[in-house]
Amino acid sequence: MVRHLIVSLCLAGLALIFAALVLGYAPDAALNRTALWYAENVAKDVGSQNVVTAIVVTWRGLDTLGEVTVLFLTAAIVGLILAPGHRPVDAPANDLPPTGELLQTGSRLLVPLILLAGVYVFVNGHLTPGGGFQGGAILASAALLLLLADPRHRFAHRTIETVEAVSGIAYVLLGLAGLAFAGGFLDNRFLPLGRFGDLASAGAIPVIYTLIGLKVGAEFASMLASLSEREGP
Amino acid sequence: MSLLLPAMALLLAVAMLAAAILTVVTRSLPLAILAAGAVSLFASVLFLLLAAPDVAMTEAAIGSGLTTFLFFFVLARVGAGNDG
Repeated sequence: MVRHLIVSLCLAGLALIFAALVLGYAPDAALNRTALWYAENVAKDVGSQNVVTAIVVTWRGLDTLGEVTVLFLTAAIVGLILAPGHRPVDAPANDLPPTGELLQTGSRLLVPLILLAGVYVFVNGHLTPGGGFQGGAILASAALLLLLADPRHRFAHRTIETVEAVSGIAYVLLGLAGLAFAGGFLDNRFLPLGRFGDLASAGAIPVIYTLIGLKVGAEFASMLASLSEREGP
Repeated sequence: MSLLLPAMALLLAVAMLAAAILTVVTRSLPLAILAAGAVSLFASVLFLLLAAPDVAMTEAAIGSGLTTFLFFFVLARVGAGNDG
């Protein structure tokens, strides 16, 4: 009884705070100074059509590197806890019935399309909405579809790890190249900016976003695979 | 047209609240996971309405797609349904 009372009191307090926020809300008539600066200078400075991408990859590139590192740590810890060796890797799943023809054919049709969509999203990250994280998650959802359609599917963990490691190292090396040849760490202007709106424009942004996409996709895929592959004790 | 967007946003917000409450009060763990995924799905549509397609894509792919199935894999490993 007392617990319910305390919970409702907390909820009422939250509602009061949010009500004050909502009632005092007045939409801005124009962009504020920071947003205005970015909107005016992105095309000229970075050459990227997508302002969000330009901010995420260049000015706030260090934050993105940190996010990728957090994701890498998570995947590493999942892999560490579920490390093979406690029980035989190929032991489970013998009691599962074979996958049906429909699921096999359907996943064989859909997986390449999903992979293509993911690659499209991160290659065009500087032109259209989307980018490395979104495209990487779409890549990983192709791996998820494979796992769901056939739980006995086994991934080449060595390949996934190699992709992840190589793209991570290349990402940091590109950042250092920006430090050496342009204005600072993760500066994209050591490659030519190209024509505004082209696929091969905006300096190193498409390269960096491709690497981020591969890295995020590999990390999520390895996490899903190591969680699903070895059945519980 | 000017009324359509706020109406849709309101509908989505109510649906998000309903799914979130269902997540908390339900006794069945799979239902809770699905409802939490639905919160993310509604949120991603709401982000799209608020003109943030980048955030909407992230929310749809990671929040409602991968995380939901990650929870299901974990649930399968820790033993489904034994809330103890």
